[in-house]
Amino acid sequence: MKDAFGAPQSLLVLGGTSEIALATARRLIALRTRRVWLAGRPSPALEAAAVELRDRGADVRTVAFDALDSAAHEEVLGKVFAEGDIDVVLMAFGIAGDQARDEEEPAAAVRVAQTNYTGAVSAGLVCAGALQAQGHGSLVVLSSVAGERARRADFIYGSSKAGLDAFAQGLGDALQGTGVQVMVVRPGAVRTRGAAGQPEQPLTTTPEEVAGAIVTGLRRRSETVWVPGSLRVVMSALRHVPRPLYRRLPV
Amino acid sequence: MSVDTVSLTGWGRTAPTTAVRFRPRTYEEAAAVVRGRGPRGAIARGLGRAPGDAAQNAGGSVLDMTGLDRVRALDEGAGTVRCDAGVSLERLLRILLPRGWFLPVAPGTGRITVGGAIASDVHGRDHPGAGSLARHVDALELLTADGEVRTVTPGTALFDATTGGLGLTGVILAATLRLKRVATPLISVSTERATDLDDLLARFTAVGDRPGGPQSYASAWIDLLARGRATGRGVLTQGEHAPLSVLPAHARRTMRAPRTAEYGRRDPWPALPALPGGLLGRTSAALLNEIRYRGAPRSRTGELRTAAAFFHPLDALPDANRLHGRAGLVRYRFTVGYGQEEALHRVVRRISARRCPASGATLQRFGAPSPGWLSFPAPGWTLALDLPAALPGLARFLDGLDAEVAAAGGRVCLAQDSRTRPETAAAMYPRLGEFRELRAELDPTDAFRSDLARRLGL
Ligand SMILES: Cc1cc2nc3c(=O)[nH]c(=O)nc-3n(C[C@H](O)[C@H](O)[C@H](O)COP(=O)(O)OP(=O)(O)OC[C@H]3O[C@@H](n4cnc5c(N)ncnc54)[C@H](O)[C@@H]3O)c2cc1C
Ligand SMILES: NC(=O)c1ccc[n+]([C@@H]2O[C@H](COP(=O)([O-])OP(=O)(O)OC[C@H]3O[C@@H](n4cnc5c(N)ncnc54)[C@H](OP(=O)(O)O)[C@@H]3O)[C@@H](O)[C@H]2O)c1
Repeated sequence: MKDAFGAPQSLLVLGGTSEIALATARRLIALRTRRVWLAGRPSPALEAAAVELRDRGADVRTVAFDALDSAAHEEVLGKVFAEGDIDVVLMAFGIAGDQARDEEEPAAAVRVAQTNYTGAVSAGLVCAGALQAQGHGSLVVLSSVAGERARRADFIYGSSKAGLDAFAQGLGDALQGTGVQVMVVRPGAVRTRGAAGQPEQPLTTTPEEVAGAIVTGLRRRSETVWVPGSLRVVMSALRHVPRPLYRRLPV
Repeated sequence: MSVDTVSLTGWGRTAPTTAVRFRPRTYEEAAAVVRGRGPRGAIARGLGRAPGDAAQNAGGSVLDMTGLDRVRALDEGAGTVRCDAGVSLERLLRILLPRGWFLPVAPGTGRITVGGAIASDVHGRDHPGAGSLARHVDALELLTADGEVRTVTPGTALFDATTGGLGLTGVILAATLRLKRVATPLISVSTERATDLDDLLARFTAVGDRPGGPQSYASAWIDLLARGRATGRGVLTQGEHAPLSVLPAHARRTMRAPRTAEYGRRDPWPALPALPGGLLGRTSAALLNEIRYRGAPRSRTGELRTAAAFFHPLDALPDANRLHGRAGLVRYRFTVGYGQEEALHRVVRRISARRCPASGATLQRFGAPSPGWLSFPAPGWTLALDLPAALPGLARFLDGLDAEVAAAGGRVCLAQDSRTRPETAAAMYPRLGEFRELRAELDPTDAFRSDLARRLGL
């Protein structure tokens, strides 16, 4: 169960090696979290992540989960929920794709869309059903500012996040009054290992900062979280910039 | 019986969860709910005054007991009352006081049910003399997991597990309480100011050492925003049931209160104490405390108050709990034994150094412990305060206080908890093991479950 400050005792991460998710797990373990499930594609990295969290005192288990294999979601996630209540589900899987290549190879672009959107729709609905049955819990969805308004530079990824974001908002509305909270997290560019060496964008944040914002959002039972918080204002302005101008902006 | 699906919280409005709520109007209906429970079990709920998650059951059934509200029999010869579990203490008082009877234990609010009061084994300000409520229960009717109703009497394991057992042994349907005779419905109150915590503790001890002291109602408000030499200053209030001689002659004959003194009539006394710290900035909260402290008489005796004004001043405010904002409030209530005053000092110093906008901070004394396995009171001091849950860093701060309290051999109150760790609770309640064993035997399928029980592994 979550305590009065929204700190969960059990956590399920979908995308168990995600840097943002692991930073969040560390913070939650320092608060109340004792049981952690890391769901992801089996790999040494996934096991290493489990070992690292175990060293922090949590009881960590890994489970094979592939976002692209939606036919298996019901069974895989059903088993996790059957083992006990999950207080927070953190949906962190996602791929950025390679915009230039994806434009050339539609099959690669479809993979981005299927991972970030269809995979999330399927896993999200399965988790929402299970949370509803237990009468409590939060589904935290990692969306992105890229989904807020499509950009020339990454519109394939952006459109998949736009779909995910709209889905998560609608799901949150559908779950009003069921005791289940859906929290949409929209980080700007995050300085992860994968992003090392890329040109730094304005308002870049870190996995730790995103993790902190997620913990605060759980405490406040927020529906939408921007990281950094100032993005809320920036994006609401950008949303209204006329397209000919927007195209020329260096965003 | 009405049935609906609702999101529920405790009085603190934190950690909402959803359950199917049943409102039985007869014992049979209650038994049917328990027998027909789903896989996530059932829990009884009274008026939802427990600040935390004790009366919630996410995804399961919640029995709202307020529909079972008959006062069955008042036996004036034996001095007992038998009533359903959903009757509120406030209502009982309205019936009892005009007849010269009083509740054996009067907690800080009248808006709780008899069932909820027994399930958290409530204490009043006269705990050193009266003990907690369990001591005054002659018998109770308990609906257990098998759907049967048992009569449970003092001196049995099931009684000691049920009083203070947070609804986890079953649903209390009715109880017989032993009442207290009073000469008048009024309380004679004395007030004194203490300049710091040591002074306050000394005055408390002096009150307790007086003849009749343990039977008197003593509690103190502490100014937790005062710092430096004034740290822990406060106002000690002590009351006794007023003797017949204070009433005018005609009222004495009928044992009736003057109309102005019936239970429920309010004092014109302003309800300053209830102003929430959460809404005020620290400076204005500190200023308000200053006014409250200076406004209290240095020393005054024999002031007459109505029972409602003396015992339940907070009940006069509508929904005082809503004033702490969307995030709600967290109550921190703990006790440390006599001889552990240093720990009490440290906790008070930590709170005032952090400038927490705490509201309603009250200090009381406890006497002999209850036989209830999970009952809170133990001989020593008890301090309670309300804090806005939105305060940044509050979770860790309270964990620090837990450590301080545990190191001193003290404990936090389970019925009022919304945030402690399971390990901490287990260490503070050594009889939890027995409680779990009894539950495993009586209720092998875990029929009775609450969010609190899940969170703390009770
Ligand atoms: C302003 C205020 C002042 C307070 N002052 C005091 C005080 O001075 N001393 C003190 O001891 N406490 C105090 N309390 C705490 C309060 O007395 C307890 O939390 C009490 O249990 C609340 O009763 P309720 O009827 O609202 O029960 P709920 O809050 O609905 O339930 C509390 C617990 O009792 C169980 N329960 C309720 N009904 C039944 C039943 N019929 N059968 C079995 N289990 C049942 C529930 O399962 C739950 O575990 C105070 C609370 C407030 C808000
Ligand atoms: N980093 C940023 O700048 C940024 C900005 C905004 C939003 N986000 C979003 O935030 C989330 C987490 O970001 P991050 O930076 O922490 O990501 P990350 O470290 O790159 O991790 C992505 C995770 O997704 C998993 N994944 C990818 N495809 C999968 C599949 N088919 N099935 C199961 N798991 C799969 C990966 O697992 P493998 O180990 O098996 O690959 C990995 O665990 C993502 O949704 C991302 O889109 C990131």
